Amino acid sequence: MIATFLIQDGVTNGAIYALLGLALVLLFSVTRVIFIPQGEFVAYGALTLALLDGGKVPATTSLLACFGAIAFLFDLWSMRRGTDVGTFLRSLALNLVLPGVIYGATIVLAPLELPSVAKALLTILIITPMGVYVYRIAYRPLADASVLVLLIASVGVHLAMMGLGLVFFGAEGLRAEPLADDNYTIGALMVSAQSLCIYGATIAIIIGLYMFFERTLLGKALRATAVNRLGARLVGVRTHLTGVTAFTLAAAIGAVSGVLIGPITTIYYDTGFLIGLKGFVAAIIGGLASFPITAIAAIGVGLVESFSSFFASSYKEVIVFGLIIPVLIWLSLSGGFHEEE
Amino acid sequence: MKIERLLPGLAGIVFLAIIPLLPVPPFWLTILNNIGLASLVTIGLVLLTGVGGLTSFGQAAFCGFGAYTTAVLSTNYGLSPWLTLPLSLIVGAATALPLGLITVRLSGHFLPLGTIAWGLALYYLFGKIDLLGRYDGISGIPPIEVAGYPFLSDGSIYYLIWFFVIAVAIGAKNLLDSRIGRGIRALRGGGQAAEAFGVNTVRAKLTVFVFAGIVAALSGWLYAHMQRSVNPTPFGLSMGIEYLLMAVVGGSGHVWGAIFGASIVLILKDLLQRFLPDLIGTAANFEMVVFGILLVVTLQLAHEGLWPFVLKLLPKRPARPLPTSDDKLAKRTLAPAGSSLIKVEKARKAFGGLVAVNDVSFEVRAGQVVGLIGPNGAGKSTTFNLITGLASLTSGSVFYEGQPMTGDSPREVAKHGIARTFQHAKILPDMSVLENVALGAHLRGSAGVFRSFLRLERRQEATLLAEAAFQVERVGLGAYRDRPAGDLALGQIRILEIARALSADPAVLLLDEPAAGLRHGEKQELANLLRKLREEGVSVLLVEHDMGFVMGLVDHLVVLDFGTLIAEGKPVDVRKHPAVVAAYLGGVA
Repeated sequence: MIATFLIQDGVTNGAIYALLGLALVLLFSVTRVIFIPQGEFVAYGALTLALLDGGKVPATTSLLACFGAIAFLFDLWSMRRGTDVGTFLRSLALNLVLPGVIYGATIVLAPLELPSVAKALLTILIITPMGVYVYRIAYRPLADASVLVLLIASVGVHLAMMGLGLVFFGAEGLRAEPLADDNYTIGALMVSAQSLCIYGATIAIIIGLYMFFERTLLGKALRATAVNRLGARLVGVRTHLTGVTAFTLAAAIGAVSGVLIGPITTIYYDTGFLIGLKGFVAAIIGGLASFPITAIAAIGVGLVESFSSFFASSYKEVIVFGLIIPVLIWLSLSGGFHEEE
Repeated sequence: MKIERLLPGLAGIVFLAIIPLLPVPPFWLTILNNIGLASLVTIGLVLLTGVGGLTSFGQAAFCGFGAYTTAVLSTNYGLSPWLTLPLSLIVGAATALPLGLITVRLSGHFLPLGTIAWGLALYYLFGKIDLLGRYDGISGIPPIEVAGYPFLSDGSIYYLIWFFVIAVAIGAKNLLDSRIGRGIRALRGGGQAAEAFGVNTVRAKLTVFVFAGIVAALSGWLYAHMQRSVNPTPFGLSMGIEYLLMAVVGGSGHVWGAIFGASIVLILKDLLQRFLPDLIGTAANFEMVVFGILLVVTLQLAHEGLWPFVLKLLPKRPARPLPTSDDKLAKRTLAPAGSSLIKVEKARKAFGGLVAVNDVSFEVRAGQVVGLIGPNGAGKSTTFNLITGLASLTSGSVFYEGQPMTGDSPREVAKHGIARTFQHAKILPDMSVLENVALGAHLRGSAGVFRSFLRLERRQEATLLAEAAFQVERVGLGAYRDRPAGDLALGQIRILEIARALSADPAVLLLDEPAAGLRHGEKQELANLLRKLREEGVSVLLVEHDMGFVMGLVDHLVVLDFGTLIAEGKPVDVRKHPAVVAAYLGGVA
């Protein structure tokens, strides 16, 4: 009985780690960015939803406007030697008008006691454009840097975003209301509607990503960039566009994960980091390359976590993050020796 | 050594020594002590990140090992801090070694990710163990004593801390400026060139990793006796990230930049913590935001950190004179002319379905210049890589003086006396021409890490550098000796690669398109040099497209086309060979 409960708990968390792991693999393969701040999108998403539940205008909307304004300044700087009207207007619309519209919409919608699905969608709408701005501000100027430099930059972005989370949300934790609070009994198993939402969303996103990569031209461009950046550029793929797309997807997945996990655990401004790192453990097991292995490994991480929190609760984090050592041993013995050119 | 070269360092030491004697506010000394402690860790990171191209966010954990070792031993067992010092360092090394063994073989980004994970895991572990006092930590640690005098105040332990900082910084500079150091600095270039001259790159990576672990443990040992208590907080991941920030801001390739970076970050942190709460009315850890932005901005705008800007402001130090040496390096005894040196037998290399080299056999005899020619894509460079161990044979074998060397690594091949150049030159642009060439003489020296760190290998180093300087002069690059190799033109870089190969005292030189990018006169000089080497008994195998150059020089020609050997023999004969004419000119069907 305990085992089934632990398994269910593990699979539920594992499904969320799987989403994050997939976003990390996606970002790494397309942009070579090891995106440490992925977890911050989760925290932002969960906290935004919790604030919307309370009828408040979440601080993330102002944060989004700030990010947009900075991104606009970056665009202006790179346009300083002259540009055409179209580029300027596009930048204006993307960086200033879009966050402004979202800001206005949130102010109108927040006090309206919307149904929970609408609040969840609003949350995702608020968080997703952040991916675009984070890419524009932090990573696009570094597009040709080495993986190592990009990784160090990621840690900087993580620090800044986590610090901003503290400034905007404060140190107290929040818990969102579940999307649906029914419970179903299937045999001896009690399943909450929230965990069904999690499974459903995870599966839907995996299928969605698959369709996107297999069926759409943009998805194929992303795959081409992942295989060979220079080659993709030579055949006309705009690698900045694929970069923006990858970051948008990652932010959206982060926001969805936040919406899903917000109601099942209390989220603090720094919780996202630990959640994101568990996605990383899974992504590393997948060699930062394989989507299916990452997804399966994420479920494994969730199970290890739930079992170790039951049997050795004080060593839970040690065990989960210690998992990475045997994984690295295995990767290094299986001849993963590939030099970066 | 000239006094002018020592002057800036001496001035710095005197300046540091008098600060505590001046009427400075006491918190200045606290900050300076913290800067010193952080500098130790950061120097390790500079070697790891800026020089070795590896990185770690987990250095704070190594500080923790050093600090907890001395804390437990000096409180529970009453050991003197001076006895626990070597033990702390050993614990630091002993944890770094297995972690390094696991990760340095992996490609660049898994190591830092691993360090994040164990940085977190070890932090939680420190807080869970009873022996280490859990999250409360251990207090009542005795101060360090020298001849009965306890280092209790900030003003006294200051001297101890900065003594270690300066000693470690000088040692690190020594290490980088040595045979071992050249191997470490070559890691950033991908390590292929270094391996081809006998540098064990895995070992070089381990060396810096363990070095960084040991200096972090030293910092932890000092911290424990300065603070007189330890708890897990300063050994967590966020401190580890801060150390990396210091290395990046200071200038991740510069040892003195480590101290500079630690100063900037810690002074900034102090200012933020004192003034920000008044400014924005929140006591929250706002410095995180500033540090994060600082890190990204530094990477975007000043790749090399801020130290190079400081260097520009400082007066230039006079260039170091070339050390002179009366010793001569031992020379290899060359095989008698005409005996078989390299023998390739039915060598085959398939990349999936594509056979790049198709059962090729040929031989290079001692004292011969052999040309390997063929149209583009004929498999010449792949053949080179098969001989030098850079690529593995699908089937067939390669012999050296009759002994099989199939499956040997590039490093083992280098030991036989086979030195090579690369088609796409692999030099280290930041190192001087002389140092690049001296890398070639790696196997002719023997000094290890400790002798280099303590500068006890100067005599041997002088001999190696003298040899390198001789080769630089010999190939005609004498005027560029002390310039960064990245300043050279493409043709000169090829010549530099030849000088590097020559300083390995080779029995066989493998030259991959040495004349590409050279002007006519330079080609003549190169041909003369190769002829002279032949007279000295050195054999040469060269890939070349310039037929005029090849025909006038080689004794024997091997022609490949689509991976298959189509002709071989004397240049005059090969020239008329119908298959060769067909391959080059399209031929008459």
